[in-house]
Amino acid sequence: MLTRNKLLAGAAALVGLSMAAPADAQGPVKIGELNSYKVFPAFLEPYKKGWELAVEEVNAAGGVLGRKIEVVSRDDNGNPGDAVRVAEELLSREGAAFLVGTFPSHVGLAVADFAKQRKVLFLAAEPLSDKIVWDSGNAYTFRLRTSTYMQTAMLIPDAVKLNKKRWAIVYPNYEYGQSATAAFKKLLSAKQPGVEFVTEQATPLGKIDAGAVVQALADAKPDAIFSSLFGPDLAKFVREGQQRGIFKGVEVFNLLAGEPEYLDPLKEEAPDGWYVTGYPWSEIKTPEHTKFLNAYQAKYKDYPRLGSVVGYATIMSAVAIIKKAGSLDQDKLIAAAKGVTVLTPFGMIEYRPIDHQSTMGAYVGRVGVKDGKGYMKEWRFVDGKDVLPPDADVKKMRPGN
Amino acid sequence: MTFASIIIQLLNGLAAAASLFLVSAGLSLIFGVTRIVNFAHGSLYMLGLYGAYTLIEALGRTPLGFWTSVVLSALAVGLVGVLIEVLVLRRIYRAPELFQLLATFAVVLVIKDIALFTWGAEDLVGPRAPGLSMAVEILGRRIPAYDLLLIAIGPVVLLVMWLLLTRTRWGALVRAATQDREMVGALGVDQAKLFTSVFFVGSVLAGLGGALQIPREPANLELDLSVIADAFVVTVVGGLGSIGGAFLAAMLIGVAKAFCIGVGTVNWFGAEIVFSKLTLVVEFLIMAIVLVVRPFGLLGKPQAAQRIAADPAPPLTVPSWTFVLVGLALLLAVPVAADRYVTILLTDIFCFALFAVSLHFIMGPAGMVSFGHAAYFGLGAYAAGLLMKRAGLPMEAALVLAPLVVGAFAVVYGWFCVRLSGVYLAMLTLAFAQISWSIVFQWDSFTGGSNGLFGVWPSAWLAGKTAYYYLALAFCGAGVALLWRVLFSPFGYALRAGRDSPLRAEAIGIDLRAYQWMAFVLVGALAGLAGAVYAFSKGSISPSTISIAQSTDGLIMVLLGGVETLKGPLAGAAIFTWLRDEVARRTEFWRGVMGVVILAIVLLFPQGLVGGLKALTQRWREAQSREKTA
Amino acid sequence: MTAVLQVEGLRKTFGGVQAVADVSFAVDAGELLALIGPNGAGKSTCFNLLNGQLAPDGGIVRLGGRDIVGLRPRQIWRLGVGRTFQITATFASLSVRENVQMALYSHAGRLRSLLGRFGTAFTTEADALLGQVGMLDQAGRPCGVLAYGDLKRVELAMALANQPRLLLMDEPTAGMAPRERVALMELAAGLARAQKIAVLFTEHDMDVVFSQADRIIVLDRGQLIAGGMPQEVRANPDVRAVYLGGTH
Repeated sequence: MLTRNKLLAGAAALVGLSMAAPADAQGPVKIGELNSYKVFPAFLEPYKKGWELAVEEVNAAGGVLGRKIEVVSRDDNGNPGDAVRVAEELLSREGAAFLVGTFPSHVGLAVADFAKQRKVLFLAAEPLSDKIVWDSGNAYTFRLRTSTYMQTAMLIPDAVKLNKKRWAIVYPNYEYGQSATAAFKKLLSAKQPGVEFVTEQATPLGKIDAGAVVQALADAKPDAIFSSLFGPDLAKFVREGQQRGIFKGVEVFNLLAGEPEYLDPLKEEAPDGWYVTGYPWSEIKTPEHTKFLNAYQAKYKDYPRLGSVVGYATIMSAVAIIKKAGSLDQDKLIAAAKGVTVLTPFGMIEYRPIDHQSTMGAYVGRVGVKDGKGYMKEWRFVDGKDVLPPDADVKKMRPGN
Repeated sequence: MTFASIIIQLLNGLAAAASLFLVSAGLSLIFGVTRIVNFAHGSLYMLGLYGAYTLIEALGRTPLGFWTSVVLSALAVGLVGVLIEVLVLRRIYRAPELFQLLATFAVVLVIKDIALFTWGAEDLVGPRAPGLSMAVEILGRRIPAYDLLLIAIGPVVLLVMWLLLTRTRWGALVRAATQDREMVGALGVDQAKLFTSVFFVGSVLAGLGGALQIPREPANLELDLSVIADAFVVTVVGGLGSIGGAFLAAMLIGVAKAFCIGVGTVNWFGAEIVFSKLTLVVEFLIMAIVLVVRPFGLLGKPQAAQRIAADPAPPLTVPSWTFVLVGLALLLAVPVAADRYVTILLTDIFCFALFAVSLHFIMGPAGMVSFGHAAYFGLGAYAAGLLMKRAGLPMEAALVLAPLVVGAFAVVYGWFCVRLSGVYLAMLTLAFAQISWSIVFQWDSFTGGSNGLFGVWPSAWLAGKTAYYYLALAFCGAGVALLWRVLFSPFGYALRAGRDSPLRAEAIGIDLRAYQWMAFVLVGALAGLAGAVYAFSKGSISPSTISIAQSTDGLIMVLLGGVETLKGPLAGAAIFTWLRDEVARRTEFWRGVMGVVILAIVLLFPQGLVGGLKALTQRWREAQSREKTA
Repeated sequence: MTAVLQVEGLRKTFGGVQAVADVSFAVDAGELLALIGPNGAGKSTCFNLLNGQLAPDGGIVRLGGRDIVGLRPRQIWRLGVGRTFQITATFASLSVRENVQMALYSHAGRLRSLLGRFGTAFTTEADALLGQVGMLDQAGRPCGVLAYGDLKRVELAMALANQPRLLLMDEPTAGMAPRERVALMELAAGLARAQKIAVLFTEHDMDVVFSQADRIIVLDRGQLIAGGMPQEVRANPDVRAVYLGGTH
């Protein structure tokens, strides 16, 4: 019956492990972090570097509540089931004070719902889904990142200014792409009556048939294209489109394409003139960004990506919330999180009491190519609070608010 | 669509099909001769891209540098394939059927982390093909010259393969082995050498398929799994072991996808049909249709019964009462003795254990391998969630009714599946799983689409983790007990009999298909129960519960524990879940470490963990009794 | 008395080749009829037409007066036809006794039970059948580990489990040692005569054929060219020409 012994040994090991981690009141404040590190490494490796830098700075400055902070990080495998399990582990075994992190929308939404059930604070770092603070918003969940809606809204003024009639749309076939498309159509139609959406292509994430998609878009003879592709899909789309010459005389708007994560791999083929949201890291001269940039480059001998900023701001937000609450009590933490202000590399942000969305902004501009590399030109910073819908609309969307 | 765009989309489809054909041809070749379901084939394709990228950077972006890089990369990937064959697979050819799949899965994990370590996480966009970076104008539209070259490469490779297979002694052996592996052994051919050479050629084709894509596709870490599913589909649609079939199937699927995109959104009878969304699943739809109409693919032949397969399955033994009672007592004591997280991890393990036991039932004793078992797990989760959220039933009712809903799905899916056998059957189950997945994934208003469903929490009296732990233990335990009980019933014996010899079963009046169909329904319902219990333990349900990854996890659990024992799937589910939890926490490269651990288990215990431990204890006892008599 | 098996004008063509052409014969209860012929003569095809594995292009197959053309093998078995295969087909992971019990359970229509325990019923009957074929001492062993000759005996026991009227034996002694062959066939013949079972068998071993068969029919290129008592067939010049050649 070796199998039984094996089970016994396993159980004993589990029990042993559980005994080994008693929560020490005078130890560091533990923040539970979970993310899909192995599924989206291109974004999340810089993200991790970002929060590691923040932890170092916070602790060098004496920590919070007189204790050091420690981030206990877990991989959620890009799967909500696993995410809920590691979230439980962070809370019940590691004694994390609350949860931060997540990348894809479905994982973020699952953890948000879990936070509601467990009545703990959850600071969603990266998921872009509008639902996380609106349709499916709850009292325990706050979100840092500039959402799909906000980023789309930031591109609208340029789109309106061009006054193009025929728009073609291409998007990755899941929540992010769908809601970006919906937001874009709604916002543009409102500002520019008579606009026509001539074709729509929903492509499987990571598996775009770029040649066929590009051809189908061109066949619809659009004046402009709105795309929310990113990663390998974006690279394939750009190359096929350029080779086939379909971008000539057509304006292209692409969410996220100015983020170094997605722009840099394109190198000299970066699509000149596209309107994008992104992160022109080398050109931002605000003191808070310069300080972040210098510290980051000194520590890693590498430049920050957008993920680095998100990771850094996540931990800075978490610390600001703890400081304001003056305690690790959940009710106090949540009360403190409402309206808390945090200085991030993108300036001061506020977590809005009305919907728990941070006012973190984003950079909007156009892609240029210089020295065989893409960069953002004619960029400007758009504060998040300027692109959020009116309070009355927000209240309508948010349940039980 | 205008005539011009039809022609252009046709060309696009053919260009996209070229690489897919190369990869699939390699896979088909390897499967035909060795009968190994090589999961790592996609990883070889991915290495082809990475290799080509690196070599081009080193040799320069000239036509000579480019083409040398493509060829060298393909050859290097061929060597990697040889390494995999010699170091891993050769040691386990005599293991039970499909066990090699476990090894190749481990290789996938290892290669992925090696690639991450070597090339980093950022996508690597290769150069355009030097000398071919221009576009050619056709019917007023521009098409990259490189695409036209790719369209030509497909038939050329097909021709070369055909010459190789029909005009050389090696080819004759490969064809003979594809027909009947045993016969080749009987002819006195060095089987090891033949297998190694086949692996080399197959891997070169995968590497070449990858390397040729470098001007079209950035090298990235998701390529391995995204291509492997398509390659399997092409291989099966074409007919296993048929290179010509793979060619036809690749073209068919490539063109079908291009047309789905080209057609775009259509209004038919007032209903809006978005064809571009079909690209998520079109290859699986095609596969399902082809397999229903032609059970051995387009150009495949019925497989010769695989006599060598490994020794016949050993008899099953009933688990002892001591095992059951001691195990149960320990599990009942856990919430008292251990910390909260142990109960949470164990709740997961219970769900996966029932999932794995149900998969084991169908692939072990019933002899029907399912690559799409997550269909039932995921549909169970969704059925439970939807019954509660949309139908407004209380959680308890949803939990009990969910398995019945899933059983109804299994009635339909099973009816088609039991008409096939072997890998064809397995792939049809996968097709149904993927079709279910894509519907769930896109039906936003009903299933919540890609986000899934939230707020699926148990009733108040079960909300505590301890209470839910006992519920999960009770339901999953009862499910496992039921399946075990059925295995020893006349029905279960009839299934086993049918697995051992369908011919004899028919000859003694057993309507095997009806029994297998019933088994599908039973197993589907219980996997659905596992999914329902899982859903309420998580509070949310996402499409990933129906994904290929979930199906693969089930296979890994069953194979890891050992397909030939009853306790195997239990042990496999427990160890796999526990290991992933443990390893993921300790190292950044947890995937690679998991891969190495699984490989170690595979090589040490080629019957799976429980099977291996059984053999060990037996040997130990024999040695002891020998000592005593001496 | 009508014959147990009556075949009239049986025909089957594969891609233009007549595999079985207008074959007619009959087998009576308790009679052993051998179907012989050179390789490729159509014996296996003929067998598969009788047992439902293949559908004939034409002709009549009557079992006790009932036309069985178009029925599936499992339906034909239910009408009282037992079979053994050229390459033995048994359930390797089940014990010898369970193999026979499987046939008995199936005969009694008791395999659909999901919760009962298999193997508790028909033990006596199974052991009696195993005793008849001399396999009782190995009843507990899995079929997967048996010697080939023993598997043949298990098959015979399974074939007898539904108290058949007709036994179809395709090359019953193939793959066995010469001495075992006659012994097995003697055993089968003895049981068949005692239980009044009609037996149709094909066989390569002429010693077995001529020592055990009551009658012999000879098939060549799909057609019956001779039939009769063993000594008549042995003396038939056509048979000697096409089949026995110079070897006998």
